[in-house]
Amino acid sequence: MSQTKRLQSGGRIDRSKPLTFTFNGQSLQGYEGDTLASALLANGISLVSRSFKLHRPRGIMGAGAECPNSLVQVGRGAGTIPNLRATQTELYQGLEANSVNCWPSVKFDVNAVTGLFSPLLPAGFYYKTFKWPKSWWDKVYEPRIRKAAGFGKAPTEPDPDRYDKKNRHCDVLIVGAGPAGLAAALEAGRRGARVILCDEQNEFGGSLLANRQYLDGKPGIEWAKTAVAELESLEEVTLLARTTAFGHYHHGFVSLLERVTDHMGLTSPDGRPRQRQWRVRANQVVLATGAIERPLVFCNNDRPGIMPASAVSTYINRYGVRPGQRAVVFTNNDSAYQTALDLNDHGIDVAAIVDVRPESDSVLVDRARKEEIPIYGGYAVVDTRGGQHVSGVKVMRLNGRGDGVYGEIHHLDCDLVASSGGWNPVIHLHSHPGGTMRYDESIASFVPDQAVGNTYNAGACNGNFALGGCITEGLSAGATAAAGVGFGSEDIEGEAPATGKQQESPLRPMWRVPSRKAIPRAPKQFIDVQNDQTSADVYLAVREGYRSIEHIKRYTAMGFGTDQGKLGNINGAGIAAEALGEDIAKVGTTTFRPAYTPVTMGAFAGRELGPERFHAVRKTPMHKWHVDHGALFENVGDWKRPWYYPKPGESMREALDRESYQTRHAVGVLDASTLGKIDVRGPDAAEFLNRVYTSGWKTMEVGKARYGIMLSEDGMIMDDGVSARIAEDHYHMTTTTGGAARVLGHLEEYLQTEWPELQVYLTSTTDQWAAISLAGPHARDVVAKVVSGVDLSGGAFPFMTWRDCEAAGVPARLFRISFSGELGFEINVQANYGQYVWDAVWEAGQEYGITPYGTETMHILRAEKGFIIAGQDTDGSVNPMDFGMHGLLSKKKDYIGRRSLSRPDAMREDREQFVGLVTLEDPKEIIPEGAQLVEEPNANEAPKPVPLHGYVTSSYYSSTLGHSIALAMVKRGRERMDDVLYSPQADGRVIQCRITSPVFYDPKGERQNV
Amino acid sequence: MRKYSIFSLARNALSHHENWWQAWRSPEPKKRYDAVIIGGGGHGLSTAYYLAKEHGMTNIAVIEKGWLGGGNTGRNTTIIRSNYLWTASAGIYEKGLKLWEGITQEVNFNMMLSQRGVLNLGHNLQDMRTIERRVNANRLNGVDGVVLNAQQVKEMVPIINTSETNTRFPVLGSSYQPRGGIARHDALAWGMARACDDLGIDVIQQCEVTGIRREDGQVTGVDTTKGFIETNKVGAVTAGNSGVIADMAGIRLPVQSRPLQALVSEPIKPVIDTVVMSGAVHVYISQSDKGELVIGAGVDKYNGYGQKGSISVIEEQLAALVELYPIVSRLRLLRHWAGCVDVCPDASPLLTKTPVDGLYFNCGWGTGGWKATLGSGWCFAHTIANDEPHPLNEAFSMKRFETGAVIDEHGAAGVAH
Ligand SMILES: Cc1cc2nc3c(=O)[nH]c(=O)nc-3n(C[C@H](O)[C@H](O)[C@H](O)COP(=O)(O)OP(=O)(O)OC[C@H]3O[C@@H](n4cnc5c(N)ncnc54)[C@H](O)[C@@H]3O)c2cc1C
Repeated sequence: MSQTKRLQSGGRIDRSKPLTFTFNGQSLQGYEGDTLASALLANGISLVSRSFKLHRPRGIMGAGAECPNSLVQVGRGAGTIPNLRATQTELYQGLEANSVNCWPSVKFDVNAVTGLFSPLLPAGFYYKTFKWPKSWWDKVYEPRIRKAAGFGKAPTEPDPDRYDKKNRHCDVLIVGAGPAGLAAALEAGRRGARVILCDEQNEFGGSLLANRQYLDGKPGIEWAKTAVAELESLEEVTLLARTTAFGHYHHGFVSLLERVTDHMGLTSPDGRPRQRQWRVRANQVVLATGAIERPLVFCNNDRPGIMPASAVSTYINRYGVRPGQRAVVFTNNDSAYQTALDLNDHGIDVAAIVDVRPESDSVLVDRARKEEIPIYGGYAVVDTRGGQHVSGVKVMRLNGRGDGVYGEIHHLDCDLVASSGGWNPVIHLHSHPGGTMRYDESIASFVPDQAVGNTYNAGACNGNFALGGCITEGLSAGATAAAGVGFGSEDIEGEAPATGKQQESPLRPMWRVPSRKAIPRAPKQFIDVQNDQTSADVYLAVREGYRSIEHIKRYTAMGFGTDQGKLGNINGAGIAAEALGEDIAKVGTTTFRPAYTPVTMGAFAGRELGPERFHAVRKTPMHKWHVDHGALFENVGDWKRPWYYPKPGESMREALDRESYQTRHAVGVLDASTLGKIDVRGPDAAEFLNRVYTSGWKTMEVGKARYGIMLSEDGMIMDDGVSARIAEDHYHMTTTTGGAARVLGHLEEYLQTEWPELQVYLTSTTDQWAAISLAGPHARDVVAKVVSGVDLSGGAFPFMTWRDCEAAGVPARLFRISFSGELGFEINVQANYGQYVWDAVWEAGQEYGITPYGTETMHILRAEKGFIIAGQDTDGSVNPMDFGMHGLLSKKKDYIGRRSLSRPDAMREDREQFVGLVTLEDPKEIIPEGAQLVEEPNANEAPKPVPLHGYVTSSYYSSTLGHSIALAMVKRGRERMDDVLYSPQADGRVIQCRITSPVFYDPKGERQNV
Repeated sequence: MRKYSIFSLARNALSHHENWWQAWRSPEPKKRYDAVIIGGGGHGLSTAYYLAKEHGMTNIAVIEKGWLGGGNTGRNTTIIRSNYLWTASAGIYEKGLKLWEGITQEVNFNMMLSQRGVLNLGHNLQDMRTIERRVNANRLNGVDGVVLNAQQVKEMVPIINTSETNTRFPVLGSSYQPRGGIARHDALAWGMARACDDLGIDVIQQCEVTGIRREDGQVTGVDTTKGFIETNKVGAVTAGNSGVIADMAGIRLPVQSRPLQALVSEPIKPVIDTVVMSGAVHVYISQSDKGELVIGAGVDKYNGYGQKGSISVIEEQLAALVELYPIVSRLRLLRHWAGCVDVCPDASPLLTKTPVDGLYFNCGWGTGGWKATLGSGWCFAHTIANDEPHPLNEAFSMKRFETGAVIDEHGAAGVAH
């Protein structure tokens, strides 16, 4: 029969909307408004999972974020989600859930035998064992430990859903829409403040959803509904249900996760993002996050059917579920009496209220007495019975100090134990940014002390558990927050609804319920049920010298579960204090870290995934042309650069040979638009360049260009490029493609922090210019056909100059520069004209056999000339002298890095120097880039370490030269011309090579100067 | 030392674990020690341990302001490897790795060293050149390593996305050090503390050093929250707080302190059984023995002593993670945190004498010192005992920033500082 444990009426479920779902293959029914947990309980299913270490049976314990037990695997295939907490999973039609970490089934789990060995597995046992024999660790112990890891299973396919992010500013962010949060929102919202109110639940109302308190003479939830309706009508108020504030960061930055479609199905049914991350920057933050009831810690307190009292009330009142037939309520405070009344009023037998307080006197206690519920005052539950479900408890009388029990054992049969050890304010979000806390004796828990920034706590999270007080605090926090942004004063304007005043008697703090036996000998008293962590573990840790709460936590794995100790940690601190003989206020708690509850990783990534969006892709204006002409691309920095342009059927090598042949013998065209470009302007521009480049720049005339290198402060080569003087106070600087942003940052840092007196303005113009580079003997012919307004003759327009002109009728700058050693020109036009001018060049070049070439051919051509590529031939640890660039180091002026060049290490004689290499045995063999060079011919076999003499930075086959060439850094390289070195390879080969000059081709530079 | 073993566990099980002895004492500081080590992280504790074990100095104290291992030792993602580029680095990191390989037995405490291998991915041609160069150097320096292509990476890490087209930065290959892996952070702190205690060293927690007293350029003692302690040798091993300690002695260190963050997912059944790092997209991952994915990233960009980072770094890191391992998208982040790391300009550490006689610094390990913990302690102990560095740490002195003999390990450090 379906839903046998459903109450006849009541609850916030919609009985007109039945939903079918499966659990461990069994088809079941629930209602809209159920969580998976409430639907399971309605069907009489309480055993849902197994614990991590001992595989003990675990039932649904809590009713929300605090539940440590109810982890299930939801769904299958690409959409499957592991470790969802059934208590927070809204039921939907067709939901499919399965127990995890058990085999073959949750009812019969073979790993439960671990329990037999549990005496051998106290806290930290793994530090003490698995050490012998040594070789078994890798082969036997560790693989087994790893196999046992984890709860649920990850999907095996990519995520079918997408996720979204939203950035929002607001005046007041209010977290938690219980009575305090609603009151705060009303107060701030009515004043016109821009308010965001979020709550992790599907409905607003917080505790009012699950209790039976009255406000203004009506059920509390009615008041909440009215409040929500009013808030909805306020234009500046945003209400976010199903939205968890999971992290509170600096300066009012709070991250929220909205579950947009999770309640509708495994994956988004309608194309909307499954979840959305709200990145909220709030001027004022009001936390109204409530409190979590902590259970009492007694022997065998982990059996299914044992729950915090408030969870029991929630299942009855909110979900119309009967969580048991016969209950024992075990408490140290008044609030659980309400649970007893809830049970009683719904016809569930309350076998007893066991209250550790000998006497208590309050409205609730009186009512329980009137209902003739048996009350055992001054008693305690000392143990429980049961297999896969609790079937009874043992009750004994407590002594006056509360640290021992005596007298007759009362056996009470029951299938439900509702326990309450008091309430812990949810101070997680208060603590994330560094808010402090203090111990409050009256509630025996920690409450917020100093908040960080404009953060206010209101209601139960502030240690105020009375409904009336919560609302007043909420109003007051709302007023203060609104006033903080200029909306009215800090005085409350709204009116609090009337609450019945409830007299309460104080709670009797009890961290650990004594049993008949001393602690390590007593049955297990669980603190953290997910990790099977017990009070005996805490005592053991303390006994062994682990005295800090952080050590105790780590040694015993307390609070390391997916619930992060929401139920157990404060009990753990109390028990640690007891074991240490110290005050709990001094022992303190462990740090509260985000996320408050686990957050889907995909929701952090949002849409920033895949080839186009993961990281900005930069494409030149001519990108499509390259694609159309068969280019393969290389990622350089953020750019896509054509790597080479294979023709159909051509191998890479053939394509490269062709591209370089054509360029050396006819004309080649390269898209150089990716090179970094910085526009340098201002009266001090010349002085500025003079300080950042190593060579002198002041004398360079307008119309000329020059190659320059920049050093970092440590004297190492940072970047290089050609810069041209556009006007007296204006330069066009170029950098490497990958180095552009770094160089701009470097220059700005110096301008702003070291030389604020210089009047210079830097603008990145990389994207503003399209650059078309032509090289080869016919370069001038092609340029002549495209460009007008310049005398291109060698005499009038020499190497390393530039001219204003028109290219294909478009205003352009023409540079006469070369990175290939051939006659070379570079046409720069406004980027939008790039493709147009490129087309014109392409057209014009046809008769000369123009060919496009990519970065690989560019690398070959420049390597033949011995030109370096900063970032490939340099690595941040090489200086200009290593490259023989002494001529570029001005002796007359200071420049960044100069000081470092006179340090002893920079002058060291055995530094690695830039040389060329050719191979000896097979002249066509290409030494792998990154190969190391040694003097030892049999380095692979020789004893290690083998002294290293250098390494290969660049290496190619040069079709022009007919043999392979390499560039390398070699110790004292320049004095070792013609020496032979060996390059031992991982596959055992050894490549012999001879040191040469790095300039392999046209050493006099005649070709580029024609 | 009273041994831990399956037998001691069984014996103690019979007495319900009531008779376990203390792993270490909690002594009050003595008036005078032959050496004081500031900082009860892994590096400080192992320094003390090797001072006693290798150099016979047992009248020493380790002074920790909080709890043992509460600094970066207890916050790090525990990746161990020694495949650094330069010979000097390879020397000290490899020494560290070798010591790791024997420490469980040596100190009778299971450090759970798991040599599951470490991959460093290459995403562009220059990455691959750098990897090739580093692995070749490693091999010749006696450090194990190979270069893998994308296919081999995929075989080793089935959940990785090696598509050439469906990702922004395709995986082109990786370096692989089979002896690399991970170990348990707490175990190191506790195991070494226990070993120290056993050798007679006082390990003193909840005691903050507040001043360093000097006379004529020589250390004479330290002021602490538990009073003045006389000593002529002080080894400062305080990671992110090193600049503060240096200030107490009137010296400046070339280190910057920055937040470094990490996070874990909820525990899931095993999906990855090696360690994979990517410097280019800034994320690295391994799976703990509990099943959590342990995930790290690059340092936060600003300086500060707070052990808190920016959420934007976490967002970028998780985007990178999903990009590289698409199946993690539906898994959930459980917890994130930060440490405070001390970074030298060349991404290499300082194990150094200082202008103050008797004052030594071991710091600058930045984002990657866990792996070196034991090697660092071993070398630093030598430096303190002999008042001169061991050949293995000679290159890591402060002097290098004067001479220019820096050891640039940005490429090998795994994350960009
Ligand atoms: C998130 C993160 C991930 C990392 N991942 C890795 C990794 O995967 N692999 C790797 O190799 N490395 C990693 N590291 C780096 C590694 O953690 C550190 O290099 C290493 O642990 C430093 O150890 P330590 O003992 O020097 O410092 P710490 O463990 O920080 O110890 C320093 C100690 O000094 C104490 N102290 C400071 N000031 C005082 C004072 N005045 N008086 C007394 N005591 C004081 C501190 O409380 C602290 O306990 C990571 C670091 C972080 C933060």
